[in-house]
Amino acid sequence: MMQDTRIRADVLVCGGTACSASGSQEVMKRLREEIAKKGLSEEINVVKTGCHGFCENGPLVIVYPEGTFYVRVKPEDVPEIVEEHLYKGRVVERLLYHEPTTGKSIPTYKEIDFYKKQKRVVLSKCGAINPEKIEEYIALGGYEALGKVLTTMTPEQVIEEVKKSGLRGRGGAGFPTGMKWQFAHGAKGDKKYIICNADEGDPGAFMDRSVLEGDPHAVLEGMAIGAYAIGADEAYMYVRAEYPLAIKRLEIAIDQAEKMGLLGNNIFGSGFNLKIHIKKGAGAFVCGEETALMASIEGRRGMPRPRPPFPANSGLWGKPTNINNVETWANVPQIILKGADWFRSMGTEKSTGTKVFALTGKINHTGLAEVPMGITMREIIFDIGGGIPNGKKFKAVQIGGPSGGCLPESMLDTPVDYDSLTKVGAMMGSGGLVVMDETTCMVDVAKFFLNFTQSESCGKCTPCREGTKRMLEILNRITSGQGTETDLVVLEDLAKTIKVSALCGLGQTAPNPVLSTLKYFRDEYEAHIKEKRCPAGACEKLAQYFITEDCKGCGLCARNCPVHAITGEPKKRHVIDQTMCIKCGTCMQNCPFKAITKK
Amino acid sequence: MEMVNLTINGVKVQAPKNATILEAAKSAGIHIPTLCYHPDLKPEGACRLCVVEATGARGLVASCCYPVAEGMVVQTNTAQVRKARRLVVELLLASHPKGCLSCRKSGDCELQRIAADLDVRNHRFDWGERKTYTLDDSNPCLVRDQEKCILCGRCIRMCRDVQGMNVYSFARRGFHAMVAAAFEQDLSKVACSFCGQCSAVCPTAAIMEKDDTERVWDAIHDPDKIVVCQVAPSVRVALGEEVGLAPGSIVTGKMVAGLKAMGFDKVFDTNFSADLTIMEEGHEFVDRLQHGGVLPMVTSCSPGWVNMCELKYPDLLPHLSTAKSPQGMFGAVIKTYWAEKANVNPAKIVSVSVMPCIAKKAECVRPQLRDSGFQDVDIVITTRELGKMLREDGIDFTRLPDAEFDSPLGYGSGAGAIFGTTGGVMEAALRTVADVVTGQDIQQVDYKAVRGFEETKEATLNIAGKEIRIAVCNTLGSAMKMMDRVRAGTANYHFIEVMACPGGCIGGGGQPIPTSKAIKKKRMEAIYSIDSNSKIRKSHENPEIKILYDTWMGKPLGEKAHRLLHTHYSPQNR
Repeated sequence: MMQDTRIRADVLVCGGTACSASGSQEVMKRLREEIAKKGLSEEINVVKTGCHGFCENGPLVIVYPEGTFYVRVKPEDVPEIVEEHLYKGRVVERLLYHEPTTGKSIPTYKEIDFYKKQKRVVLSKCGAINPEKIEEYIALGGYEALGKVLTTMTPEQVIEEVKKSGLRGRGGAGFPTGMKWQFAHGAKGDKKYIICNADEGDPGAFMDRSVLEGDPHAVLEGMAIGAYAIGADEAYMYVRAEYPLAIKRLEIAIDQAEKMGLLGNNIFGSGFNLKIHIKKGAGAFVCGEETALMASIEGRRGMPRPRPPFPANSGLWGKPTNINNVETWANVPQIILKGADWFRSMGTEKSTGTKVFALTGKINHTGLAEVPMGITMREIIFDIGGGIPNGKKFKAVQIGGPSGGCLPESMLDTPVDYDSLTKVGAMMGSGGLVVMDETTCMVDVAKFFLNFTQSESCGKCTPCREGTKRMLEILNRITSGQGTETDLVVLEDLAKTIKVSALCGLGQTAPNPVLSTLKYFRDEYEAHIKEKRCPAGACEKLAQYFITEDCKGCGLCARNCPVHAITGEPKKRHVIDQTMCIKCGTCMQNCPFKAITKK
Repeated sequence: MEMVNLTINGVKVQAPKNATILEAAKSAGIHIPTLCYHPDLKPEGACRLCVVEATGARGLVASCCYPVAEGMVVQTNTAQVRKARRLVVELLLASHPKGCLSCRKSGDCELQRIAADLDVRNHRFDWGERKTYTLDDSNPCLVRDQEKCILCGRCIRMCRDVQGMNVYSFARRGFHAMVAAAFEQDLSKVACSFCGQCSAVCPTAAIMEKDDTERVWDAIHDPDKIVVCQVAPSVRVALGEEVGLAPGSIVTGKMVAGLKAMGFDKVFDTNFSADLTIMEEGHEFVDRLQHGGVLPMVTSCSPGWVNMCELKYPDLLPHLSTAKSPQGMFGAVIKTYWAEKANVNPAKIVSVSVMPCIAKKAECVRPQLRDSGFQDVDIVITTRELGKMLREDGIDFTRLPDAEFDSPLGYGSGAGAIFGTTGGVMEAALRTVADVVTGQDIQQVDYKAVRGFEETKEATLNIAGKEIRIAVCNTLGSAMKMMDRVRAGTANYHFIEVMACPGGCIGGGGQPIPTSKAIKKKRMEAIYSIDSNSKIRKSHENPEIKILYDTWMGKPLGEKAHRLLHTHYSPQNR
């Protein structure tokens, strides 16, 4: 970044998907234009970076060396930034981040609550470098780890270091990475493969996308280290076709790395070769399951197969194969460089290091946060995530995507680590956190996730294909007021049996959202069934409309009701016949006095 | 073989290291129910019916594909296993039509049997949505009733892994997942050979042979028709299974008696026309060999194979023998030679053939096979359909007195008999070719190199001082590999036999269900015992064949033979 001594300032513009969607490309274009107009192009460098994680407040613009952090920058704000800040050296106060509770403006990155409790390891370079320039990655120590491995370490030593670090798979199940490598290393075979699973498909998850977009070389370097450790010379990056920016940056990164001799043949002159291919996935969720993913690379329909044999022994095209996900790979170079002990110093004893979470749903700071393992859910949601918007009450957090579970307020002090989360009926998953407030119906949430897994089921095994369908039908009945108490028994029975009998991880975990909501929010299920009432008021078919005392008797509601369910004398309070009401909400929309409520 | 020790339901079991839990349990006499598992196919672990508890595994594991390990403790009947197993059946039944009483597979349906065995009577999901599909009966051979499909994937594995045709695959996701041909088209629109192996492994009525039994009854009950039938070599060694006899039972005499009891006017033997095929095909081979014809010559008796060649290897059609299949020759001869001899109007003959084969139903309607001036063979029924007709007719099969085939066209040599198994056509041809080429009566008639289940067999023989290189393929998968070599010019053979079905006709798509390699082995042994017990074991020595040529047909490859007994092929575009 700082090669040119004449450069006195760097202006970083976030080029992540979220900021791009809110107009960061246009902001960057205007910046370059305005800077040129002022004749500052020689001394001010405009850099497009990867994601900073503070997506809710994008587009983000950061001015270095002082690190001034501007949020929600619109193209029309650009002349002011250039004129005031870059030309006159005066911070544009109104574009700084303002503390929501105190209204205080916060000038730099590190002082913002969102970043204060984070520990950015995997994301350390995201947002700090231009991901399309390998030189910037190298300037911050990139490919040093690969160099160290290839010139000073044996594959066994590499595996030992990763084992010692305690790194566990960041894709969901948390299998110890070093052990996985050991298996693939020990497997017999003259040809071995490395795969990066970048088929991130959980609703609301975008951790891996941001890493690939913001720091693609970290992942590639990790893969190269892994390939050396297990003895592979070919690798596949399986990435969703819906991630065009990530794919583009990976293509650029691979190309640049190959040109510099950091990938391809005879890397670092060591005689070690690695060809990395990009394979675009067509968007089937189940292709995130490793055996389905490999089938997809091989050109077959993405369907899981039973294990054993495990990929370490018989993987891609029947050859020993090691699969890790994006975030796991991205951790590797730093473990090698800084050592296993450094890595172990973060997190808990059995869950070392950090984890990136995507914060979505009813939370103030939608975005990406990387935290040390062992932090509590409460800290993530309230300290980093800024709590629940619009003064609403927290109700639950869904962790682990469609395979995970919903945790209530009482579980918020659960430490975020693999084993604690599993114990309370959720799972780490790939790191999606969906926060829900009091207006969310938990039965509806379970239905949402189950609908997702049912429609993404590959259809191979009976419990998943047929069982989740029946579960979904029961949930549909419950949320539309037709559920029975027997339904609840059957639902739970199905869920428990599917969990132990389905073929792959998708089916085995599909019942988790139902099981966890049944565990923590059973009263909501019962209200739907026994009282035909949705406590959150979210289930449209159970909603009841009432006319309050504020009714002036204007008759607009009655005239607009399509089923003539509203009666009343002029100038007197009207009444809705609940047996006739079809819950369309037309009355409520038409009432000029806000005298109609929904319960 | 390295063995491991494990415990299943408290019983100590020894099993080979690479065995599955299912195999180990079976060897110990412990039954685990299965559905998607089939002994002849690679296990998939899809249906989850065979789940068990095993130490070292997370959750329940599919015993059909989970390997045994030293010290493993397996439980096949815990409360959890029982619950999971029943749920699988219950879920499958919830998506399945309830018309078992009127289903063609009733009594033979594996789902039905398992539901009864596991006592699944509690149908908790009767309210569930069911999928509806239109019936595919677009072709003369197979009917697909997708509503009865339980997605076990056996058809897919059979068609892909064994037959290499890849007609079926899974399509769509979730509840709407289905087994489909390309673009969800009807079978008549895709490159299907109609070998019918899918129907032979389908556990339900989702894929079945087209039912032609009603047409046979109609003919039998029509006083104006003369209804004759021919029975293929492999039917007599399999039909017993349809009436509860052990696999490998030879039921020739009872079968003939049964057909006559059903009301057929004449019952003839396809073994006769198998001998006829050898006469033509053998001489054709000698002719090609001596006059520089297209080699390797490839047999053409198996219509599944002929379809596959026309679909996938149209450029290799000149390699196919022009001799018709035994069914085809029989059809041509019955409405000409026999009609003349018996003095009946060929227009009144209804020619029925009983075949182990599904593709024969398509063969008989080929436009090429109308050389008698009529459709040579009118109706084809399979071994399974004949079994059903016998049961329907109330015939107490095992108590029938043995009866003889009608003559002429009722006698087949041992060479004709072995047409029913892989390697048999080759062996039968070699017996005649050796005599024709040498002009001697060679006593050595057993060509053991071409026998057995191996998918590709090859041998080099010395006939009259000339080296003859031969190959024998069974399954379309192995035929495909062979044809790729022929196409590439690396198949250095003179003569190749291809049968589409695993094991040849004894494993035909229309043979009794269940079928497996072990059952086919019994059928094969029965075929060879018919041959070895035959007085005449060479086609050209069959007296009825001699009479046919001497009194009517003329010479093999002669003008009349050419017109009635040879055919041609054309590429199929599907």
